[in-house]
Amino acid sequence: MSKIREAFRKGKAFIPFITCGDPNIDTTLEVVRSAAMNGADIIELGIPFSDPTAEGPVIQGANIRALRNGITTEKIFDMVKELRRDVKIPLVFMTYANVVFSCGTDRFLARCEEVGIDGLILPDVPFEEKDEFSAACVNHGVDFISMIAPTSEERIAMISREAQGFIYVVSSLGVTGVRREITTDLPSIVRAVRENTEVPCAIGFGISTPEQAKTMAGIADGVIVGSAIVKIIGQYGGDSPSYVGEYVRTMKDAVLS
Amino acid sequence: MTNKAGRFGIHGGQYIPETLMNAVIELEQAYNRFKDDEAFTSELSDLLNNYAGRPSRLYYARKMTEDLGGAKIYLTREDLNHTGAHKINNVLGQALLAKKMGKSRLIAETGAGQHGVATATAAALMGMSCVVFMGVEDTVRQALNVYRMRLLGAEVIPVETGTGTLKDAVSEAFREWTSRIDDTHYCLGSVMGPHPFPTIVRDFQAVISREIKSQVLACEGRLPDAVIACVGGGSNAIGSFYHFIGDSGVRLIGCEAAGRGVETFETAATIATGRLGIFHGMKSYFCQDEHGQIAPVYSISAGLDYPGIGPEHAHLHDTGRAEYVPVTDEEAVRAFEYLARTEGIVPAIESAHAVWQAMKLAPSMSRDSIIVITISGRGDKDCAAIARYRGENINE
Repeated sequence: MSKIREAFRKGKAFIPFITCGDPNIDTTLEVVRSAAMNGADIIELGIPFSDPTAEGPVIQGANIRALRNGITTEKIFDMVKELRRDVKIPLVFMTYANVVFSCGTDRFLARCEEVGIDGLILPDVPFEEKDEFSAACVNHGVDFISMIAPTSEERIAMISREAQGFIYVVSSLGVTGVRREITTDLPSIVRAVRENTEVPCAIGFGISTPEQAKTMAGIADGVIVGSAIVKIIGQYGGDSPSYVGEYVRTMKDAVLS
Repeated sequence: MTNKAGRFGIHGGQYIPETLMNAVIELEQAYNRFKDDEAFTSELSDLLNNYAGRPSRLYYARKMTEDLGGAKIYLTREDLNHTGAHKINNVLGQALLAKKMGKSRLIAETGAGQHGVATATAAALMGMSCVVFMGVEDTVRQALNVYRMRLLGAEVIPVETGTGTLKDAVSEAFREWTSRIDDTHYCLGSVMGPHPFPTIVRDFQAVISREIKSQVLACEGRLPDAVIACVGGGSNAIGSFYHFIGDSGVRLIGCEAAGRGVETFETAATIATGRLGIFHGMKSYFCQDEHGQIAPVYSISAGLDYPGIGPEHAHLHDTGRAEYVPVTDEEAVRAFEYLARTEGIVPAIESAHAVWQAMKLAPSMSRDSIIVITISGRGDKDCAAIARYRGENINE
């Protein structure tokens, strides 16, 4: 069983997302450590892309800040290598197809294996295009994480049957970003997933408050939070690790309650 | 030329968020159902002929031919279409299709504003609402078209992310589509994006080469030696090439925007400077840095200012069936001025890239050879910008 699957066996999982290099690598290192120490079960590490078409304004802004400050994929691999001296929870990359493809898909995944990355999420790679990436993932022991959207309907079964690691259930239409309300019928989506796979489900997109996190944890196996954390980092910059730690602790408590 | 997964050789595909997959599948199914439907095709033909003003004229440019002293030059006059460019061909097709699919709202990206104006026009005609995304840079370069879209009842949203140009407008239109699918069709303006868009847009633009072929056969009794068109995403070029792809004696030449030159960073010449990548839903060639970050491209022409090229063009380049050449801002401006003075035709600055290539090529060809240049749009929208390029400070 993969490390990611195991991470879900300790109860409901809390999965924070952090854009690497925003505002710089040193801050990201400390934010990741702080999140891990405060109860994060898995951490999603965003590799910035110039044109992140699935992201709302908050994470777009983080991508721009990080790229402006000279972040590269290679620097992020080095950062993960350093993190792996003390951070033991699963780490998952989230980026766009071109970042992986331009590096050379096999070379990218070989580096993932070498530095200790457990999973890969590519929001612009749907089921129909996944083989060119998931094959290399299999070769290097990295879980290719599939996404399911409110519009997936009859596609849920096919996606679930080939899912690895966990399934990323997108809570609402649109791009990433904080939402006041989530109106999708998530229980029936999760039910449809569970009819087809044992792979756990985590819900993401639009979640920011402990109340939302608690509700989502009641439906799925885990909760993913991105924009709310990236906002804290945007606000506090180099001082953000302790604020992120505090937030992760509150959210993890909400998920378990 | 496409296979099941919407591929052109290794290019194409559907690299989009899961949220949009059922929308593009639904679009493909609707397109397959209607494309050969007699009622649909006759309704579209009626719109193209009686509303847009087709067929386009194939005009023999006698003075230009004599001046260059080589190949006979014909201009296919897409600039005479309603709304002033070839964009209307595709938009009428997609708007009609969207209507059949029960959609009530069109969204579109636009660079120079021609596709936005065409979409706003079709929306007004068919009683649909319309939102156009346009890079903030382009809203300044093409202020007149912004007003035209608003006049037609569309909402124009200036896009400030990234470089504030066409690629950012495309990204924003995709984001908008992800958040509102039920009543909304994304009326993509070029032969790019995820399958089935490159095929649908190409089919709707293929009317250009169908007409060129029958017109040139009618007046010359033979096929042309070369067909030349400008390429950004590549919709007027694929439309001009399509029915000649099987005729190996016809050279197909796409003219990319080289901006300040392919040796500078201020260029949008994808085939000349880009490499294979995945972006905006497709695998194709893209201008990008060594880390796969999409490059901030540049061209004087807002309509060619795009870091990628449609997947079918990428494939035609791979197989060598079509040639792609870079043309700089300066060359395009010279061709813009040349055509105005020689033939009394002011082409869009985009189309002027193709005119330049013909000016270069024609003198080396024999007098009984034939070149067809696609004048994809008219240049009224560009006059103020070209005047400024030449140092005259005039307002729109």
